[in-house]
Amino acid sequence: MTATMIKEFRLPDLGEGLTESEILSWKVAVGDTVTLNQVIAEVETAKAVVELPSPFAGTVAALHEQPGTVVEVGKPIVSFEVDDAGSSNGGGAPAVVDRSAVEASVKGAPTAGGTEAVGAPAKREPNLVGYGAVVEHSGRPTRRARGQVQDVKSVTPEAAAIAEPVVARQAEADVERPRSTPPVRKLARDLGLDLQLVPGTGPGGLITREDVQNFSGAVEAPAELAPVAAELGERETRTAIKGVRKFTAAAMVQSAFTAPHVTEFLTVDVTATMELLARLKGNRAFEGYKLTPLTIAAKAVLVALRNSPTLNSRWDESSQEIVQFNYVNLGIAAATPRGLTVPNIKDAHRMTLRELSTALTELTDTARAGKTSPAELSGGTISITNIGVFGIDAGTPILNPGEAAIVALGAVRKAPWVVNDELAVRQVMSLSLSFDHRLVDGEQGSRFLADLGAILSDPAMVMTMI
Amino acid sequence: MLTDQAGKGVHQDTPGPGQSAQNPLRTGGNLLQLVSPEGERISHPEFDVWVKDIGDEQLCSLYEDMTVIRRIDAEATALQRQGELALWPPLLGQEASQIGSSRSLRDDDFVFPSYRESGVAYVRGAHLTEIARVWRGNASYGWDPQRINLATPQIIIGSQSLHATGYAMGVQLDGANTAVLAYFGDGATSEGDVNEAMVFAASYQAPVVFFCQNNHWAISEPVRIQSHVQLADRPTGFGIPSIRVDGNDVLAVMAATRVALDRARKGGGPTFIEAVTYRMGPHTTADDPTRYRDPIELEDWAAKDPILRLRKLLEAKGLLTDDVEARVKAKADAVAAELRSSCIDMQDPQPLDVFNHVYSTPNSWIERQKDHYSRYLNSFNQPVEEGAL
Repeated sequence: MTATMIKEFRLPDLGEGLTESEILSWKVAVGDTVTLNQVIAEVETAKAVVELPSPFAGTVAALHEQPGTVVEVGKPIVSFEVDDAGSSNGGGAPAVVDRSAVEASVKGAPTAGGTEAVGAPAKREPNLVGYGAVVEHSGRPTRRARGQVQDVKSVTPEAAAIAEPVVARQAEADVERPRSTPPVRKLARDLGLDLQLVPGTGPGGLITREDVQNFSGAVEAPAELAPVAAELGERETRTAIKGVRKFTAAAMVQSAFTAPHVTEFLTVDVTATMELLARLKGNRAFEGYKLTPLTIAAKAVLVALRNSPTLNSRWDESSQEIVQFNYVNLGIAAATPRGLTVPNIKDAHRMTLRELSTALTELTDTARAGKTSPAELSGGTISITNIGVFGIDAGTPILNPGEAAIVALGAVRKAPWVVNDELAVRQVMSLSLSFDHRLVDGEQGSRFLADLGAILSDPAMVMTMI
Repeated sequence: MLTDQAGKGVHQDTPGPGQSAQNPLRTGGNLLQLVSPEGERISHPEFDVWVKDIGDEQLCSLYEDMTVIRRIDAEATALQRQGELALWPPLLGQEASQIGSSRSLRDDDFVFPSYRESGVAYVRGAHLTEIARVWRGNASYGWDPQRINLATPQIIIGSQSLHATGYAMGVQLDGANTAVLAYFGDGATSEGDVNEAMVFAASYQAPVVFFCQNNHWAISEPVRIQSHVQLADRPTGFGIPSIRVDGNDVLAVMAATRVALDRARKGGGPTFIEAVTYRMGPHTTADDPTRYRDPIELEDWAAKDPILRLRKLLEAKGLLTDDVEARVKAKADAVAAELRSSCIDMQDPQPLDVFNHVYSTPNSWIERQKDHYSRYLNSFNQPVEEGAL
């Protein structure tokens, strides 16, 4: 039998000057045979999510850290059993330690830093690349309390009983910002969570990704529902939140909780618009152009904006300014294979109906093919979402982040309608308008919606607006 | 559609006034290509002659070099993830640009690279340990520049273009017929250094080639934001002729580089080459491109992979035999293993090594500092030794 030895792989500094990383997942299990450079784990640093390739060929002897743990640079994360003679690394850098010591540290105390190589903090050790990094104990200076610690006892007993951990956390929070990493802070922000409320389980009370996710789950699912959910475990499909879904979620949360939304509805008789569409379709000048209620509605939005420019503006929080756009980049919400995207038509205000028709066709074709470029997705000033194509009448659309208004077009359907005091069958459509109440008052929003409705019920009304 | 589709600065099929195909200082058309992404040889009336000596054997040899440097890149990236290198700037996707240009150089030509030209260093004859040691943090330089006529890589963006121009002006004063080549990226063309270098190169008609690898990303800044004209139209404003070449086409890169080097040697002055390529990996191992780059863009460029393209050409010519494949694989494996062992077994520098090579001759002030530092270190009761450097 060939002699084997145990080699440890310590977490390296994966960026430039990082002190820790979070283990996201292990790609191998204890007992697995791995080849050199085989991916063994996925870790997240403050800068990036990276894959760790195995530095050895051998067998995985121990995984020292659980996924979700934030590990300090220099801590052993995996032990490999490698062929003594066949080790290609010779006097390689990752520390070679006595096997019994590793076993002791694995079985024994949870602090895996107990091996000789890592211990002895008193002695100054070189910590360059290739030496096998030394554990960096947090690397941050200890902060001193800035103010008086809040008196926890002053909280009413009932409140304290219900929210004890929260209150305790808040007391600490007055002393120091909760410790976490930038990606985790971002996650909390995206989820709309206050990090000060999240208990940290990492080293030194550090809040890990798992902590945030657990806390978020706890907030969303009341305790009494938990057993039911567990029972249904196998009947659920769990999909990682990433890509467009993650982006959409973040954008929606940001928008919904930043801009105070007001939504107004107006149902209008669009028979005249439908007749206009029919006439235009028969017109030679429009041959080959795709004309739909959306085309006319888009044009109507552009015309109505002339009287209500505040709906085409942006709240610039950082510079404390309101940005009034003197152009319109018209966003169109599109369902694509990759999820919801809102590409926009640049300078739509300058377009004739035919140009607008071409732009809309191109935009939807590009979006459906999944080829929309980032440039087409940014810089929108107002948006339209055509929920009518799904047979829906009205809704309360959420603003595309940074925009002041969004119009939802309902389905066009035949309905009884009062014309000249008599009931008639007319083509009717509902319009829903959400706007950012910081920028747009009820008067302006209502006037815009009324103008839009006026154009769609009588396109000749355009004459009075341009 | 040609190789690039990434935005205004790189993609103008309808050239503006004084630009692109209508620019009298541009040769080779909108994008010089001798091998299509499908691996078909495209004949070109003007540039074919510059690669007519590239026979079957040389094609296989170019393929070998490109495969080997991709392997060096992959191994070095893994070594960084394993804590054996502090940092690594990947060259993945730029193999044709680096091999096509460096294989066009003569030994006595002098090259001034940026930090990403590890493939060029390999071709110039740098040892693998010399390539690795700077990135391991063991030395402040990799190789002896005079031995392989390759300057030490510049981290400062674009500064080497000034060094190259100065060296080329020296060549002129010597009356030599060597040429000088500076490598830099698309981002560097926005820097003052590169623009100043072009002013001097044009004024003195210095024998220098500005070889710009437009890999489309200056870290997270896309080239389309940096330049509203094709990069090959920037030097012509200085009166420097330019060629815009498909940087994933090794033959076209060779042809363009040879034209430029020949012009330099014959007293024709500087040339600017824009090699249109793509950085398939991160800016460095400390970067996460998924945060700013559309994955679809990466897929589009993967279809134009420089090695894949050359493979298709070799296959069509019946040159990609089992023998060739086995030989190339063995070479790449051996190089990767040597890189790994030379990196891991590298002798660590000692504290006093920092004083070496500051001056080429003895210097009393440095000696004094060295003595002081040595006594300071001794106060910790640590052994003080001089290491390998």
